[in-house]
Amino acid sequence: MQSSLRIRKITKGIVVTFGLLFFIVILLFPFYWMFITSIKPDSELYDTAQPPMQLLKPTLEHYVYLFENTRFLLWLKNSALVATVSTAVSIVIGTLAAYSLARLRFRGSRTLGLTIFITYLVPTTLIFLPLAYVIRSLGLFDKQIALMITYPTFLIPFCTWLLMGYFKGIPRELEESAMVDGATRLQALRMIILPIMLPGIISAALFAFTLSWNEFVYALTLAQTEAIKTLPTGIVSQLVLADVYFWGSLMAAALLGSVPIAILYSFFLEYYVKGMTAGAVKG
Amino acid sequence: MQSPLTAETKKISKLEQFSIWFNQEKILGPALVAPAVLILLLLIAYPFCVAIWLSMTDKIIARSDTGNFIWFANFTKLFKDSIFQRTTINTFNYALVSVFFKLVLGLLMALVLDEVKIFKNFFRGILLLPWIVPTSLSALGFLWMFDSQFSILNRFLLDWGLIQEKIIWLGTPATAMFSVQLVNIWRGIPFFGISLLAGLQSIPQELYEAADIDGASSWSKFWNVTFPLLMPVTAVVTLFSIVQTFADFQIVYVLTRGGPVNSTHLFATLTHQTAILAGRLGEGAAISLFMFPILVIAVILQLRYLQNQD
Repeated sequence: MQSSLRIRKITKGIVVTFGLLFFIVILLFPFYWMFITSIKPDSELYDTAQPPMQLLKPTLEHYVYLFENTRFLLWLKNSALVATVSTAVSIVIGTLAAYSLARLRFRGSRTLGLTIFITYLVPTTLIFLPLAYVIRSLGLFDKQIALMITYPTFLIPFCTWLLMGYFKGIPRELEESAMVDGATRLQALRMIILPIMLPGIISAALFAFTLSWNEFVYALTLAQTEAIKTLPTGIVSQLVLADVYFWGSLMAAALLGSVPIAILYSFFLEYYVKGMTAGAVKG
Repeated sequence: MQSPLTAETKKISKLEQFSIWFNQEKILGPALVAPAVLILLLLIAYPFCVAIWLSMTDKIIARSDTGNFIWFANFTKLFKDSIFQRTTINTFNYALVSVFFKLVLGLLMALVLDEVKIFKNFFRGILLLPWIVPTSLSALGFLWMFDSQFSILNRFLLDWGLIQEKIIWLGTPATAMFSVQLVNIWRGIPFFGISLLAGLQSIPQELYEAADIDGASSWSKFWNVTFPLLMPVTAVVTLFSIVQTFADFQIVYVLTRGGPVNSTHLFATLTHQTAILAGRLGEGAAISLFMFPILVIAVILQLRYLQNQD
């Protein structure tokens, strides 16, 4: 009995290890291969006789090419700017909306909350075409600000929904006691509630930043001039066309474009877990 | 004549009055939601109405006039159009096959991660990467892995003796659809995996202990405890994924642009090609609206779920 239990435990361990390895290999191999490609000299990349996993002379020439001969850095700057502005706008608007919907009693608040949730489900590809039409009629077509005002359309619903959950986790008594002491609602919100909400706001901000950084369809249709493109559209529409044998730099660009998000995310993961487990009030 | 002092008190008290009035819940509440509602009205609801109107016109980009109102002519034209028919089949094929495999493999990933006891957060973090990095950029990685001449996948499959000659991944209709589905599945597994893992871990441990006392096998514990309690999370995640996959764009745009011979066009990519590249706005708007019914169904199911929760 004892030994059969042990055998079952060992079998389970083996199965879990193999399962984990399986997912690590299939989910991460593409990144590994992109990395290897980005540091392989062209002479090895396009030599079909050489075993593909072999790397004889690692090189940074593709990265140098990327920085010196393409507008990679400009697109990087554009992406950072657009993502920062649209995240900031969405966090402010989303926090106010979430507070109102989670806390204040007024007619239609429940319906409004559900409507905002529904817009969260609307895929950007359903709206991009008429949105381009509207943006054109506002005179903002092919301007960077077009992205900054359209990205909040998918960020606000997300932030509002996420933050409503956080607000509901904070006891009403906290702000009510502040209001008994003479503070107005908005003062109580600013001085008592927002500090407690900080982990929630940070994780909403990091997530919103990720979503704007990765956005593709709006950027493709609304920002067509090369100089105002974001990283994803810049790389996909300008670099792919450039040359036939360009894979080293292309993979370098794709990797570098993903790194900021991966770094942000490693922070976010912690905040996310914290927010879920600790509960915002206990501290 | 009022003294300056009383005028000032009066002014302050007016401000205070305003403050008191403004801080009422029935005033403050709508005021705080207003910015969000305005943006969503202007840039989601209004464009959606524009899409409906555009879909009933023959507006093209090249002409600056608003186009003629032609009722449902765009739709009747689409129903007879073989490329559109093909796109419809493609979209269903792409979405249903991808979501099925994302669900199965994601569930498997959740079950595996649930048993991993060391470096938990590390493994979760790195396995989420396909989901969080820009899809358009990882799709470029796959473009290279599917390259007709230097495909690493072909090298592996040839070396292991699994295939006799190179697969032309993106070059034939059948393999191209398979390839874009593969990338979509790759990207979506972590989303299912991590969401279902959260669902798994919210199942009270006592239920498993009780099942152990009853001498239940692992299999029966899975079917009688895990499966039913995981259903709600699974339903929500699957619904969300169906809507998103149905409206997918980037993977196909980067890998095949809808080709070869329209075999991978989805509603979203055909909309882009028809409206933006070919300039037929009206027809493009009509195509995009075909993504709407699935959204409506998802919303109804989702709302019903939320109501049951309350």
